[in-house]
Amino acid sequence: MGNSKAAENSADFTTRLRAIASERIVILDGAMGTMIQSYNLGEADYRGELFADHTHDLKGNNDILCLTAPQIIDEIHESFLEAGADIIETNSFNGTTISQADYGMEDAVVDLNLASARIARAAADRWTEKTPEQPRFVAGAIGPTNKTLSVSPRVNDPGHRDVTFDQMEAVYFEQAKALVEGGVDLLLIETVFDTLNAKAALVAVDRLSRERGETIPVIVSVTVTDLSGRNLSGQTVDAFWYSVRHANPLAVGLNCSFGADQLRPYVQALAKCADTLVSVYPNAGLPNDMGAYDELPEHTAASLEGFAKDGFVNIVGGCCGTTPDHMRAIVAAMKGKAPRVIPKLPRRLYLAGLETMTA
Amino acid sequence: MTRPIAQFINIGERTNITGSARFKKLVLSGDYEAALDVARSQVQNGAQIIDVNMDEGMLDSEQAMTTFLNLIATEPDIARVPIMIDSSKWSVIEAGLKCVPGKAIVNSISMKEGEAEFLEHARIIRRFGAATVVMAFDEEGQAATVERKVEICARSYDVLTADGFPPEDIIFDPNIFAVATGIEEHNPYAANFIAALPEIKKRCPHVRISGGVSNVSFSFRGNERVREAMHSVFLYHAIRAGLDMGIVNAGQLAVYDDIEPELRSCVEDVILNRRDDATDRLLEIAERFKGGGQKRVEDLGWRDAPAAKRLEHALVKGIDKWVVEDTEEARLQFEYPIEVIEGPLMDGMNVVGDLFGSGKMFLPQVVKSARVMKKAVAHLLPFIEAGKTEGLGEPKGRIVMATVKGDVHDIGKNIVGVVLQCNNFEVIDLGVMVPWQDILDKAREVKADMIGLSGLITPSLDEMVTVAEEMERKALDLPLLIGGATTSRMHTAVKIAPCYSGPVVHVLDASRSVGVAGSLVSDTQKTAFVEQTRSDYDAIRKKRLAQPKASRLISLEAARANKAKIDWSGYKPDRPVLLGTEIFSDFPLHVLLPRIDWTPFFRTWELAGVYPAILDDEIVGEAARALYEDAQAMLKRIVSERWLKARGVCSFWPVNADGDDVVVWTDESRTKELSRLYFLRQQQQKRGDRANDCLADFVAPIDSGIIDYAGGFAVTAGLGIEEHIARFKAENDDYSSILLKALADRLAEAFAETLHERVRKTIWGYARNENLSNEEIIRERYRGIRPAPGYPACPDHSAKPELFRLLNASQTTGIRLTDHFAMLPAASVSGYYFAHPESSYFGIGKVGRDQVEDYANRRGVSVEQAEKWLSSSLGYEREQALKRAS
Repeated sequence: MGNSKAAENSADFTTRLRAIASERIVILDGAMGTMIQSYNLGEADYRGELFADHTHDLKGNNDILCLTAPQIIDEIHESFLEAGADIIETNSFNGTTISQADYGMEDAVVDLNLASARIARAAADRWTEKTPEQPRFVAGAIGPTNKTLSVSPRVNDPGHRDVTFDQMEAVYFEQAKALVEGGVDLLLIETVFDTLNAKAALVAVDRLSRERGETIPVIVSVTVTDLSGRNLSGQTVDAFWYSVRHANPLAVGLNCSFGADQLRPYVQALAKCADTLVSVYPNAGLPNDMGAYDELPEHTAASLEGFAKDGFVNIVGGCCGTTPDHMRAIVAAMKGKAPRVIPKLPRRLYLAGLETMTA
Repeated sequence: MTRPIAQFINIGERTNITGSARFKKLVLSGDYEAALDVARSQVQNGAQIIDVNMDEGMLDSEQAMTTFLNLIATEPDIARVPIMIDSSKWSVIEAGLKCVPGKAIVNSISMKEGEAEFLEHARIIRRFGAATVVMAFDEEGQAATVERKVEICARSYDVLTADGFPPEDIIFDPNIFAVATGIEEHNPYAANFIAALPEIKKRCPHVRISGGVSNVSFSFRGNERVREAMHSVFLYHAIRAGLDMGIVNAGQLAVYDDIEPELRSCVEDVILNRRDDATDRLLEIAERFKGGGQKRVEDLGWRDAPAAKRLEHALVKGIDKWVVEDTEEARLQFEYPIEVIEGPLMDGMNVVGDLFGSGKMFLPQVVKSARVMKKAVAHLLPFIEAGKTEGLGEPKGRIVMATVKGDVHDIGKNIVGVVLQCNNFEVIDLGVMVPWQDILDKAREVKADMIGLSGLITPSLDEMVTVAEEMERKALDLPLLIGGATTSRMHTAVKIAPCYSGPVVHVLDASRSVGVAGSLVSDTQKTAFVEQTRSDYDAIRKKRLAQPKASRLISLEAARANKAKIDWSGYKPDRPVLLGTEIFSDFPLHVLLPRIDWTPFFRTWELAGVYPAILDDEIVGEAARALYEDAQAMLKRIVSERWLKARGVCSFWPVNADGDDVVVWTDESRTKELSRLYFLRQQQQKRGDRANDCLADFVAPIDSGIIDYAGGFAVTAGLGIEEHIARFKAENDDYSSILLKALADRLAEAFAETLHERVRKTIWGYARNENLSNEEIIRERYRGIRPAPGYPACPDHSAKPELFRLLNASQTTGIRLTDHFAMLPAASVSGYYFAHPESSYFGIGKVGRDQVEDYANRRGVSVEQAEKWLSSSLGYEREQALKRAS
C-alpha cells in the first residue's frame, strides 16, 4: 500500500467514524480474553502444530492463538460483529516483545500482530459487505505491557526502572507497524495504567505516522486502579487527558478497572474535560468469588445507558467478562440515544502532574 | 490588563542546581533522598510547578535528571504538580521528557542557534506533549530593550505557530536582569521587562509569560529583607502588566502592603526606574531592615448570638469553653430541660452529622463536637431527672464494645464509640482486655442490639474467633462488629464469619461505623444489609479457599539457600561500649518532643496525609491544624505537669547466628547459651538477586569465629496515664482522653527512636559520627535496625516474654505482658537491636507449613501451638480452619 493511499485511507476512516459518531453512539466490541477462556483451551491448543516444540509453556498466551488457532479468534470476532459491534479489537493485547518475553515468543511478535490484524480485517469486511449501512472497523489493540516506566519494581530503589522509555517506544513501534500493515483502521492504546507507557506508545505511533506519511488514528483508554479514580502512576483522569491531549486522539476513554457503576464519577470527569470523543468499555461488574464476571447483560447495558442519557459517551463497549449477549444488550440500549456533544475547551495552558493545573 | 495576584503561578526554584548551593551539594554527594525533600518542601510551601535543573559540570546531567525525575514520579506529594524540565543542554531536556508522565514544561528553547534547531526542538517537545518556555534570545543575543523583547517573541511565535505548535503551550521568558547593580545601563531592565509584557500579549495571542524573578535583586545578595521587598514590588507591577508565572522562592516573598513604606518607595523607584539616584537611595536605607512577624486574632463575634445559636456554633466548631453557661442560659429559656437537647443540641449535632457524612468535617472535629454535646447533656441531666419528665429519647440502638482479651489498644475503639454516641447510639464500653464471658454477659444484661470487638495486635484476631465461637455456642443471633488495625474484611469473612451464624460485619473505620450500626438496627434495611454482607463474605471466602495460598512460596530449604550473602571474612563487629544493661528510670519527656513522628498521629484520627504537609492540606488542613494545636497544648502540660513517666531499658549481648536462630551467649567466651532468639525467614519467590531474608542473617554465624553482638530494649511512655484518663472520663471529655492516649503512643515511639540514636552513638557506639536530621531519623536513614516482635520482620508476638526476661523489663520498666503478649501500658515499644551495615527492615510475609513445623521444633512446642502464634503469617489454611469453613 503506497503512502498516499494510506494517507487517504486513514483520513477517510477518521472522517467516516466522526460522521457516524456525530449521529449515534458507536459500539466497540466485548472482551477477547474472557471469551477465549470459555473455550477451555489446553496447552496443546495454544501450541498448535506451529509451536509444538516451543521451549516455554504457552497456555494463557492468548495472542499466539492468532497463529495457532485463528478459527477461534475469527469465531469470537464474528460473534461480536453479529451482535452489532461497529469496531472490533484485534487479539493483540500482549503483542509486544516485552510481554511476549514471558513466553519466549519475542520472535513471533510481528507475525502475530499481522495475523491478528488480518483475521479481524477479514471478519469486519465480511460484515461491512453484509450490512453496508453499518460499516465495520478494526482497532489494533495495544496493551500496557507488564513493565512500567513510572514506578520502580524495587521497593528499595525507587529511582530504578526495568525498561527505558526508548526501549518501550521501540517495542510499541514494532507492534504498531505490524498492526497497521495488517490492515487495522486505528490503534487502541488501552488499559493504560502508566501514563508514561502510553506516552511512549504515542511517540511510537507518531514516528510511524511520519514514516508512512499519514496520521494513524488512535484511541487512548486509561484504566483507574482503585476507587480514588487514579491510574497506577497516580494520575486523575483529567490529568491523564491533559498528558495525552497533544496526540490529538480520535477518542479518549476508560476501560477495565471495575464495572460501569463504579466507573461513573470518572467517566463524568473525563466527559467534562475531553475535547474529543469519549469511549467507555467497562468490565462486566466486579469479579465474583471464582474470579469470573457475572454481571448480567441487562445490568451492564443499563449502566451504560445511564452514561448515554447523561451525555457522557460517544463510544461504548465491554471489557473483561462481556459477551455477545452483553453486546446485544448494549446495542439495544444505545439505540436512539444521542451521542455526547464534544465540549470546546478555552485556549489555556493545561498542565499536569498527577493532578491538573491550568494557567 | 489587570489580573488578580492569586492567579500568578509560583514555580519552585530550589531544585535548581545552578541556583541552590544546598541542592547542588546534595545531588553531587548522591543524596537524592534529601534532594527529594527539597522538592517536597517546595511543593509544601506552595510551589505550583517545580523547576528541576541539573546543569553542573561535575555531573552526568542526563543521568542526574533521569534519576531525580524517576524518583519524583514515585513521590505523590511532589509528583502531583507539573514539572519544569530546565536545562541549557538539549540532551538533558530530552532525557527529562522521557521520565515525566504528566504534561510538563521545557525550560527553555530559543532562536539563539537559529530557526532550524529551534523548530526541531519544538517539534520534539510537542511529540512528548510538553509546553515550552521560549527565551527572548536570538542569533544576535538576549533582548534587553522593550523593542527587542517584543520583536524576538513575535518572530518565535510566528515560526512556532506556523508549524502547528499550539500557541497556548508557548510561555515567553523575556529576560529578567538584575537592577541596581551600579551600572547605569542596567537601571531600566526591570521597567523594560514590565513594559514589554502587554505588547507581547497583544502581539502573540494565548501565550503565557514567565521569568526568573530572583535575578532582579541579584545585587542585594545577603540582604534578604531588601530582596524580598524587591521581588514583591517587581511582581506587584509585573503581574498587573501580564506576568503569568515566575520562578520564585515562595517562602521568600513579602506581602506588598506589608512592606515598610519607606523601603517600598525606594524599591519602587529602582524597579520602575523612576529616579536617577534610586540605586543610591536604596543602598543607603538597605542596612536598616530586618525581619518581623504577625499574630492571629480569635474571632469571638459568635458570642453575641442567642444561646441556642451559640450552642449550635459551639457544637459545630467543637468549642467547649462556654458550653455549661450557654446550656444553662438555654435551659432557662425553655419550659423543660429536655427541650434544650431536642432543640439546639440536636440541631447542632445534625449539622455535625451532615458535615461529617459529606466529608466536610473530619474525625477530630467530630470527637470535639461530641465532647461539647456530652458536657451540655451532663449539665442538663440532673434537671431532667429532678423534673421527672420523660427520659432522654430512646437511643437508636445499644452496642456493647470491648477490646478483646489480651489486647490493650483502644484508641480506635474509643473513637468509634464517640462517633456512635454522636449519632444517638447507646454505647456500653467494657474497656480493654475483656474476656468473652464478660462481653456476652453484659450484652445479655443490657439487651444489646449488637456487639463490637476491637483489637490491634495479631493474636487478637484469634481471640475474636473465640468470641464468635462462644456466641454461636450460646445460640445468640445479635450482630457482631469487628474492627481494629489488624482486622480486615478478608479475615472477618474467612476466619470469623464461618464460626457464627448471626450477622458478622467488618467495620473499616469510625466513619463507616454509623452506617453499619444504623443498617443493623433499621427495620427496613437490616435484612437486606445482613444478606448482602453474608453473600459478600461467602464470595470472599470461596475465592480465598479456591486459591491455595502456599502456591507461591518456595520451600524453607530453598529459602535458606537464598539467604543474604554477607561476607563475614574480615568483618569486625563493633563491640558495645556497654556490654550489659542500662536502665532509664525516669527519662525526661521534653527530650522526646522533637523526635515525635506526627504522620501516624494524624492517621489515628483518620486524617490522611503526611506531616507537615497535612497542616496545609486543602481538604483536611483545617482539621489537622486544630488537632495539632490541641496536641501541642496537651504535650506542654504532659511535660510540665509530669502527667506521664517514661521508663526504658536496653541490654547488649555477645551473639552468633545458628541457622535461623540467634544464640545469646552468657559472655564472650561463647561457651554457654544464655538464650536463643528464634526468627522466621521469608519464603516468597524472589526475583533477581534479592534474598529470602531472616533477621539471623544479619548476625555472624557461629562457624565464622567472629564474636558478634546484638541487643534488646523495652520502653514505655504510658506510666501514670490511667489517672488522667479517669479524670477525662469524669469530665465527659473523650476527646482529651483519646488525644492523651494517642500522644502517649507517639512519645513511646519517640522514646524508642531517641534511645536507638543514643545506642548507635554512645551506648553501643558503632555510629559515633552519625549526624542526621529528625526527618532522616524518622525515615530510618541510619545504620542498624530495631525490629519489634509482632511486627513484619519478626511477626511472632510470643517472642516477647523471652526478650523481657533477657532485659528484666517488667522489673525495670513496669511494663507488663498480657496473656496474649500485648504490652501494658499500651504506649510501649520493645525490640531487638542489630548493627550490621546491611541489616534492614523487611516483612516476613507468609510462611509455609514446612517452616512452621521447623519453627515449632526449634521452639519445642506443638505445630498447633506454633500455628496459633503465627496465625496471621500462615501461607496455608490450618486444618481446623478448613474444616470449619467448609
